[in-house]
Amino acid sequence: MNSDVQDSGSPFVGDPPLLKLERITKRYPGVLALDQVDFDLRPGEVHVLFGENGAGKSTIISIIAGALRPDAGRIEFRGRQIALASVHHARSLGISAVFQEFSLVPQLTVEQNLFLGAEETSWGRLNKSALHENAAEILKRLGFPLRPTQRVEYLSRAEQQMVEIAKAFRSDLSVLILDEPTASLTHRETEQLFALIEQVKAQGVGIVYITHRMSEIRHIGDRITVLRDGRYVATVDSETAEDELVRLMTGRVIDQIFPHISYRPGEAMLEVENLTTEDGTVTGVSMNVRRGEIVGLAGLVGCGKSEVARACFGLIPVSGGRTLFNGEETTGLPPRQMLDRGFFYVPPDRRGEGLLMMRSVRENIALPALSLPDFSRGSVLRRHAESARTAALAERLNLQPLRVEREVDHFSGGNQQKVLLAKSLTRDVELFVFDEPTVGVDVGTRAAIYEFIRDLCESGAAILLISSDLPEILHLTNRVYVMCRGSLAAELSGEEISQESVLRHCFERKAA
Amino acid sequence: MTANRTATHWAQLAFVRLGVLPFLLMIAMIVFTLMSDNFLTGRNMLNVVRQSTYLTLVSMGQMFALLTGGFDLSVGTILALTSVVGASAMAGAYAAMPDAVALSILIGILAGIAAGTAIGAVNGIGVSVFNVSPFMMSLGMASVGFGIALYLTGGVPVYGMPMQFGDTFGFGSLLGVPTPILVTVILIAILYFVVNWTRLGRYFYAVGGNIKAARLSGINTKLTLFLAYVLCGAMASISGILLTARLDTGEANIGASMPLESIAACVIAGVSLRGGVGRLESVVMGALFIGLVQNGMNLARIESYLQTVVIGALLILAVVADQFRLRYIANLRD
Repeated sequence: MNSDVQDSGSPFVGDPPLLKLERITKRYPGVLALDQVDFDLRPGEVHVLFGENGAGKSTIISIIAGALRPDAGRIEFRGRQIALASVHHARSLGISAVFQEFSLVPQLTVEQNLFLGAEETSWGRLNKSALHENAAEILKRLGFPLRPTQRVEYLSRAEQQMVEIAKAFRSDLSVLILDEPTASLTHRETEQLFALIEQVKAQGVGIVYITHRMSEIRHIGDRITVLRDGRYVATVDSETAEDELVRLMTGRVIDQIFPHISYRPGEAMLEVENLTTEDGTVTGVSMNVRRGEIVGLAGLVGCGKSEVARACFGLIPVSGGRTLFNGEETTGLPPRQMLDRGFFYVPPDRRGEGLLMMRSVRENIALPALSLPDFSRGSVLRRHAESARTAALAERLNLQPLRVEREVDHFSGGNQQKVLLAKSLTRDVELFVFDEPTVGVDVGTRAAIYEFIRDLCESGAAILLISSDLPEILHLTNRVYVMCRGSLAAELSGEEISQESVLRHCFERKAA
Repeated sequence: MTANRTATHWAQLAFVRLGVLPFLLMIAMIVFTLMSDNFLTGRNMLNVVRQSTYLTLVSMGQMFALLTGGFDLSVGTILALTSVVGASAMAGAYAAMPDAVALSILIGILAGIAAGTAIGAVNGIGVSVFNVSPFMMSLGMASVGFGIALYLTGGVPVYGMPMQFGDTFGFGSLLGVPTPILVTVILIAILYFVVNWTRLGRYFYAVGGNIKAARLSGINTKLTLFLAYVLCGAMASISGILLTARLDTGEANIGASMPLESIAACVIAGVSLRGGVGRLESVVMGALFIGLVQNGMNLARIESYLQTVVIGALLILAVVADQFRLRYIANLRD
């Protein structure tokens, strides 16, 4: 294994590693989460941790950030062995993590959050003006367009992430851990983040970076350490071919993540005419989705692409225009009635609005269909039929482990996503809307989800795919609507669909 | 040694699956048996079960509110209002037609249950339609209901119900089983069916587990929430009727300890305060446990003021134990 690759971009090549983990082992009752894993981080590099969900990436960063203590192995920081006692201890050494789940207090302002737990005081009195100035100074240095006095709850997710990152910079930073930082960022914000990373690298900060996106690795990664099932597999440089990375990560060869799909567009299932929502997120959108095709809905985060589908499904009040489903006007009908007509919306946030985390897989899968004769007679449940049907669906989606009575919370993210998808198979559905179906999902599951979508399309269903993941839009759809600031910017089909064409329409023409 | 290990293994498994309740029950049984000779006798155990029926009924109702992620602080008031309205209606009907005993009893029972369930319905409308937090809604209704009960009676107990009411529903028995126990057992069976074998039961869990996901799955979440509070009110008022029969008077000042005790019974039984998790059979055990502890403390001559301290402490202990359990499960999972 070529564990000692020279990287080209860093001016700190000869320097000793900032951080060195040797034979780190972490054991939970019944599971070996990390098995003698090595990892090192040099100043001024972006070291990507790569692996499927459950490979041990999160455990490693939790250990580096001081949130978990390893059972065995040693950690060296700037050449000295250390034992990280807490997140606070790690921070005091300049090791800061930005996790996917933010640790912000929504009701406090940006500046209050930035210095939470490290407020400057004199005689017990908060030094508010110093707080304000320091916060403004950090935000300015990082180039974040935030007002220090804004309340965090009014910020977008991307802006909240900026606050999280800014927090890491309140003291001297030497190691920055970023856990899938671009998952909720728009293209432009991602570019900003990458620029920031370059800037930080130049100051000699080492960055541990977790992502599932290949393009990001290529873009900003210097070295990649691949983990599989809690074991160290290899450390390679970022020039390594995609196929090779997938092989290292999954232990098998995947030629293509995206399947080949044959589209046979039929009659229109969903027609949207001049749709406007009450909250102003969508204005005057017209579009249609036909049977046997996959229509993409692309655009930046906050452009209203999700809201179009949500308004059609009756989740957002409509103030103008109309929606037709299967030829029948359905404007403003509640989700219950849309479901009964064969419209199924798979939400993007499985924890927030997709699944009952504390309930079993069986109950989750059966939930949308309990009123159907397959699952109940009158108002009495047919529990045996329910068990059989849900077990069959779980097996069809290759749920791992295949235990339908287990609580959803106890499954990995990818498998939770499978449960979410299985819900849509419980009833007769003619239009599937997938809203960000592969967020936070590993490559193996991702491929399975794409095949799932292909099978639905080829069996004649209409599919609307809402996604911020450009490759997904490019490879899976035969028609794409691009949205910008609540209105339709373009409709592209067939050969017209390319990265450049989609991206061009994502941004406002006037501003660009 | 292996036997020892399997024993700990089973204890761990029981703790994870059933929560803290089996252990508390065991400890209480041992302690009170040691403290009093009269505790572990057939007669006293029957006594415990009979005394616990009122709390059991209320706790089962409370469970529905908790399952949907709320709670009902007005259950005590519902008991009082049911008692006062039921007794007044029954006494009035009996006075007007002294020959129609059964009819006046029926009128009284229906009036009482209707009054109590109405409180539940108002709670339900407030929580589901107007999005008032269950805390404020039921706290407000507790005051409203208590005020009405006092206003109707002027704070004086209501007398004049037919003898047969108390004799049948308070002190009577069928085939050697006291009527309150019989009623409770029937209701346990019905509710067990509702919770586990009907769509409505499943929807309570779904709405409490994740109300947004429930809505996206086509569930009428407002109706489900409303019905949870109606059911809760209905159960509390049935309890109120049985208690009125036992006391032979309509009282405005009964049930004050019911909110705490019913929530305690549910929480000790592993019903999540965040909603979506809980089992009816455990809740019945939880209510029995509280009855058992109160009975044991009475026999051991522990002062009633101190008993209040013990019940409160047990509630907190159960919540703490549940936190440990969740952490333990989380560890097992990783």
